[in-house]
Amino acid sequence: MPSPQTQDEIELARDLLAGKADAFDRFVEVFRSKIFQYALMMCGHREDAEEVAQDTLFKVFENFEQLREPERVRAWVFRIARNACYMKRRKSVFAPTQELSLDDLLPHSEQDGGHRKLEIADWSALPDDQVLRSELRDVIQAAIQELPEIYRAVILLRDVEELSTDETAQVLDISPESVKTRLHRARLAVRRTLDGYLRGIQSGVEHGTGQP
Amino acid sequence: MEPDNHSDDCKQIFALLSEYLDAELNPESCEDIQAHLAGCPPCIEFLESLKRTVRLCHNCESAEAPAPLGPETREKLLAAYRKSLSRR
Ligand SMILES: [Zn+2]
Repeated sequence: MPSPQTQDEIELARDLLAGKADAFDRFVEVFRSKIFQYALMMCGHREDAEEVAQDTLFKVFENFEQLREPERVRAWVFRIARNACYMKRRKSVFAPTQELSLDDLLPHSEQDGGHRKLEIADWSALPDDQVLRSELRDVIQAAIQELPEIYRAVILLRDVEELSTDETAQVLDISPESVKTRLHRARLAVRRTLDGYLRGIQSGVEHGTGQP
Repeated sequence: MEPDNHSDDCKQIFALLSEYLDAELNPESCEDIQAHLAGCPPCIEFLESLKRTVRLCHNCESAEAPAPLGPETREKLLAAYRKSLSRR
């Protein structure tokens, strides 16, 4: 079931395919900022992200008549954007992949008077999601950017851009099963980074030195 | 004794938590997980932190926006669009 947002995008694509040029500016506005955000986290450089957004839109419009199914517009655009990001491939961001292993991403636990207790931060202390503080946002973005590329690509499409598993598989040319496996590991790795960040804050608070 | 005291059940559940959150598991696995969670506070706590991570990722796009689209670029894109449709 597509979200209302996706429905909008499909309508815009349909209008453009039908030659209704008044959908043009809206389409550019919607997708340009989406591609920019994606490319910024994928490539890590603002100039690259600007260029990727522009190159992608140009390719999209150049080949617009080849979009046979407007329902797939989002996956189609992101596939082009992903290729544009690869053209900008910089060594640091696309280093050889090390696999993330599930065992390494397990939290530590300890026996505590017959009960097993996780060594984990107090997540209930996190601020409301809607008012994501810029510091927390920076931590999440950095955690995503630090992921090996194959994991970063998946979590950006699935959790940040909210593409479905099948759409993500199409964009990245991998099986839906691989999307699921990589997504889980990517989430676990980001979770672990966030957990470390929260524990840092919380131990600071306990000692009366940190920011609340 | 394993170093981290996780039971094998917990480890199995742990591997499936994203699919569980995304409602991509078959009904049987889903019920197995729910049954396990009902008796395992550490797994619930962990699941909550993972759920929270996913929600935070949804909202993590930066406030940074691309520079405004110049009129020449807009013209170039529009021309590409018109040309593409004319090829049909
Ligand atoms: Zn458990």
